[in-house]
Amino acid sequence: MSKQWPIWEVFIRSKNGLEHTATSAACTPPMAKWHLKMPVMFIPVGKKVGIWASSKEIIASNPKDSGELFEPAADKPYRHPTFYDMPNEVKHI
Amino acid sequence: MKNLDQLEKEFQEKIDRGENIEPKDWMPPAYRKTHIRQISQHAHSEVVGMLPEGNWITRAPSLRRKVALLAKIQDEAGHGLYLYSATETLGISRDELYEQLHSGKAKYSSIFNYPALTWADMGAIGWLVDGAAIINQVMLTRTSYGPYARAMVRICKEESFHQRQGYEIMMTLARGTEVQKQMAQDALNRWWWPSLMMFGPPDAESTHTEQSMKWKIKRKTNDELRQQMVDNTVPQAEFIGLTVPDPDLKWNEERGHYDFGEINWDEFWQVVKGHGPCNKERMDARRKAWSEGEWVRDAAVAYAEKKEKRQMAKAV
Repeated sequence: MSKQWPIWEVFIRSKNGLEHTATSAACTPPMAKWHLKMPVMFIPVGKKVGIWASSKEIIASNPKDSGELFEPAADKPYRHPTFYDMPNEVKHI
Repeated sequence: MKNLDQLEKEFQEKIDRGENIEPKDWMPPAYRKTHIRQISQHAHSEVVGMLPEGNWITRAPSLRRKVALLAKIQDEAGHGLYLYSATETLGISRDELYEQLHSGKAKYSSIFNYPALTWADMGAIGWLVDGAAIINQVMLTRTSYGPYARAMVRICKEESFHQRQGYEIMMTLARGTEVQKQMAQDALNRWWWPSLMMFGPPDAESTHTEQSMKWKIKRKTNDELRQQMVDNTVPQAEFIGLTVPDPDLKWNEERGHYDFGEINWDEFWQVVKGHGPCNKERMDARRKAWSEGEWVRDAAVAYAEKKEKRQMAKAV
C-alpha cells in the first residue's frame, strides 16, 4: 500500500468576482497540483477563470494564468453536445 | 451525547427536508457503506468502460470520429477520478478501492463485459449505454450525498455529447450502404437488452431499492428508469429506420408507455457472477495496467516526498 495523503478539496471560479464553488473533486496533494496544472483534463466543459485546492493550506491558480489554463478547452468544439446535428424529430437526446 | 436512535431520527429528518448529507456529518454506518459500494462501483464502471472503446481509437473511420472518441474516453477517465474522490470523502482510500476492483470484490457495470465487435458498436455504446447512464445519473444529481450529487452534475454535462456522438454514428451508418445499415442493426441487436439490464434487477427482486429510496440515494426505482429508457429510445431507433429487437414491444395507449418483452435475467446474473463474454479479459487488462503503472506511482510519491523534505529543511 502506498503512502496515504490528506484529502484536499478543489474549488472552481467561473467568472472573476464570483465565488469559488466546490467541485466533486477531493484529492491528494500531488493530485491537487495536477488540478492546478492541468484543469483542462479535469474540468473540460465551459469557461472557467480560477481554481483552488484547499486542505490546511490553500493553493490557488494565479489569475494571469487563466488563459493558459482554461483556453485549451475552447478549441475543442467536439466536446459540446451542439457539435452533433440532431434532427428536430429526435427527442430526449 | 445523543443516542443512536436520536441521531438516526435527525439524519432521516434532514434527508426528508431535502438537505444534502456532507462528508463530516454523522451518518448511519449502513448509509456510508451503501455509498462506498455504489459510488465506487460507479467509478470502476467509468474506468473499465474505457476498455471496450479504447480498442477502436486507431480504427475510427475519420478524424471527426477519432477526436470525439478520444475525448469521450478521456472524459470517462475524468469521471472515474471525480467518483473515486467522492468515495474517498467517506473514509476509504483509493488503494483500497482499487484493491476491491482488482480482487473481484467490487463490481462494475456488467455492460462492459460485452465485446465491441464492429465500429457500429461505438455508435451503439454512445447512444444506448451512455443514454442509459444519463437517465440514471440525472436522477443522481438529486441524490442525498452532497459530493456524489455534485459529481453527477458535472458528469451529466459531459455525458450529453457522448450520447449524441453515438447517435450520430448510428444515424450515419443507418443512412449508408446496405452493409453499413446491417452493421448498425447488428450493434443495436446486441446492445439493446444489456442496456436495459443496466438499470439492475426488477424492483420486486432488488435488495437495495427500498432503503435507497428512503435515504434518497435513489429517487426512482430500477423499473421506472428502465421504462423511461425504452420510451425515450424506441422512437429514436424508428427515426433512423432501425428495429428494436423485441417482438413484444408495442405502444400501450392506456399506460402512455411502451410495453416490452421479458428480460433474460439468467444472462444478467451469469454476467454479474463473472461468466460474461469479457469479464476475464477486462479484469486482466485492469490488473496489468495497475501493475505496469506501479513505477509511475512510486516515482510520483518519491518526488512529492523529496519536495516536502526540502521545504521542511528550508523552513527550519
